[in-house]
Amino acid sequence: MGLETFIAERKQDKELLVMAHVVCGYPSFDENMQELEIMAEAGVDLVELQFPFSEPSADGPLFVRANEQSLKAGTTVDQCFEFMKLVSERFSFKVLMMGYYNTVFKMGEDIFVQRLKEAGGVGYILPDLPIEESAKLHSLSEQAGVEPVILMTPTSSDKRLAQLGVASRGMVYAVARKGVTGSKTSMGDDVIGLIDRCRQHTNVPVGVGFGIASKADMDFLRGSADLAIVGTAALKTWEESGADGLRAFFAELLA
Amino acid sequence: MDIFDFSDGREGYYGEYGGVFLPEILHATIEELLECFRECKADPKFWQDYVTLLQNYSGRPTPVTHLENLSRELGGAQIYVKRDDLNHTGSHKVNNVMGQGLLTQRLGKKRVIAETGAGQHGFATATMAAKFGFDCKIYMGSVDVARQRPNVFWMENLGAEVIAVEDGQKTLKDAVNECMRDWVTNMADTHYILGTACGPHPFPEMVSWFQSIIGLEAREQMLTQTGRLPDRVYACVGGGSNAMGLFQGFFDDENIELIGCEAGGEGVGSYMHSARLAYDDASVGVAQGYKTYFLQNDEGNMSETHSVAAGLDYIGVNPIFSHLHDLGKVRFEAATDAEVKETLKLTMRTEGLIPALESTHGFVVALKEAATMAKDEIVLVNMSGRGDKDIFTIADALDDAKWKSFIGGKADQYRAEKK
Repeated sequence: MGLETFIAERKQDKELLVMAHVVCGYPSFDENMQELEIMAEAGVDLVELQFPFSEPSADGPLFVRANEQSLKAGTTVDQCFEFMKLVSERFSFKVLMMGYYNTVFKMGEDIFVQRLKEAGGVGYILPDLPIEESAKLHSLSEQAGVEPVILMTPTSSDKRLAQLGVASRGMVYAVARKGVTGSKTSMGDDVIGLIDRCRQHTNVPVGVGFGIASKADMDFLRGSADLAIVGTAALKTWEESGADGLRAFFAELLA
Repeated sequence: MDIFDFSDGREGYYGEYGGVFLPEILHATIEELLECFRECKADPKFWQDYVTLLQNYSGRPTPVTHLENLSRELGGAQIYVKRDDLNHTGSHKVNNVMGQGLLTQRLGKKRVIAETGAGQHGFATATMAAKFGFDCKIYMGSVDVARQRPNVFWMENLGAEVIAVEDGQKTLKDAVNECMRDWVTNMADTHYILGTACGPHPFPEMVSWFQSIIGLEAREQMLTQTGRLPDRVYACVGGGSNAMGLFQGFFDDENIELIGCEAGGEGVGSYMHSARLAYDDASVGVAQGYKTYFLQNDEGNMSETHSVAAGLDYIGVNPIFSHLHDLGKVRFEAATDAEVKETLKLTMRTEGLIPALESTHGFVVALKEAATMAKDEIVLVNMSGRGDKDIFTIADALDDAKWKSFIGGKADQYRAEKK
């Protein structure tokens, strides 16, 4: 089942879905699995598995350190795909690969798409790969039935949003504000305006990410966005208050 | 040959290298920059203003010096040196920075950020920002901050804020990542003054254009001073901006050999170096906004790099050089840390010149080859920066007892003052 169909099905029961995030191998694969169990129990709908990269230039401090520590612990691409396979077989949420383009480029785009498919991934997010450089990867993805998640941003002009809209498949990721992952976003008219602008240029579901951390953010997005994308806040909670904290975090978020 | 004519190929690509690989949020910023740069490049008055600024502020044209003593001692080719060390702030970095400063004015932006390795680019950017009245933040790996304190001192006193980057290897590449993070947040009022001919298009072209002033001058000076063009031209290559600058003066001359000199660090097979093209350890990848040869592992994660010269200690090389390397238009060699130290001693004693550790890499290869050439042949080397900034590193390398005792005395004095 493709990403778009999956989101449509899940949306029959609830208005706002949640996509969560873990950095593979940080703090460890075992702890990743514990985090994912909690996410699954809470009813998370999609999960990004970030493949660690040495130059994560779109990420904020917490994820930068997570990428670095994971690589230092010896995390490999093989391990990430094996983990993805385990996760996608075990849980009812769908899994996407998130990472940087060099990881894909080095293994070869065709091999990447094939391995993603075999591991049960439904799509991928590569924040440093613009659509101008994506033609071959997108066509390989289409053949294999996995979907690239395009990012739309507050600085994108209407002309640009139209180009991005044409390339969008599965869902788009609306970046709520300028900056890197992790800092707070004040949810306001800007965000609603961005979602509206995105919808003018694409028919696929719209997820909103960057700085989503609370039930208040969820309440704000309900009715406008299709998905809330939660990254840094969950990892921060895990680091500060472990499994119980994370359970409480998602329980509140999805209440 | 015009490597910047993209009419037959893809904009911003040199062969298969270059391009723009940036987060979507920067798309509009890069478009705006490209448009502004195209206007500047097409406007003869912009170039004229640029040259005048460098003449009046930085002492251009920098001279070409004939190293008579060294040429005699080696008994081979006549060695000439382009003296970009005589620029204000002590290196060629100021050329690019002044150019981008003028461009920042055109963009109407009030704040500049820059990465720096050795600190020369940061120093030049802080200087330009003081002169132009821009807010300025410099990102520098904490390892580099520790080994280049004198430049940090000057940057801060010129009014810039210097941020020591603690991520990754804490060197130049990590400072570039941190600049990207600042830029994706503050692009509305901020221009990123990238210091070398790397990164996303149009930076490789833009930095090369500003640095081409080195080659334009040098070509004319060689003709005036020697009545002909050199046989071989050498320059050190970190990102490759000083080399691109000098080489562009000779791109159309079929019989001139161009030699890029990379940081061999501890040598072939040591995996402690920054030689992307001279050694076989690098492969093609995409990082920091562009596609080129990077020192990286099979999975695309960047390797640790090393050089005695902080300014050459970098994972990638400008995409234009990757292409010219493929075409055989530029030859790449490497100089090791040990060779650099020996050559530096030689140029100081024989010619009274103190090249920066970075620039000394060019001297190593040039002197080695000049010794094997005929006396009526001519080589030209770019002295892209001066070495007095490296006094701590050089004093360590030379194990200078008097310097150590001086620093020890200073430390005692500061400690006493603290009490």
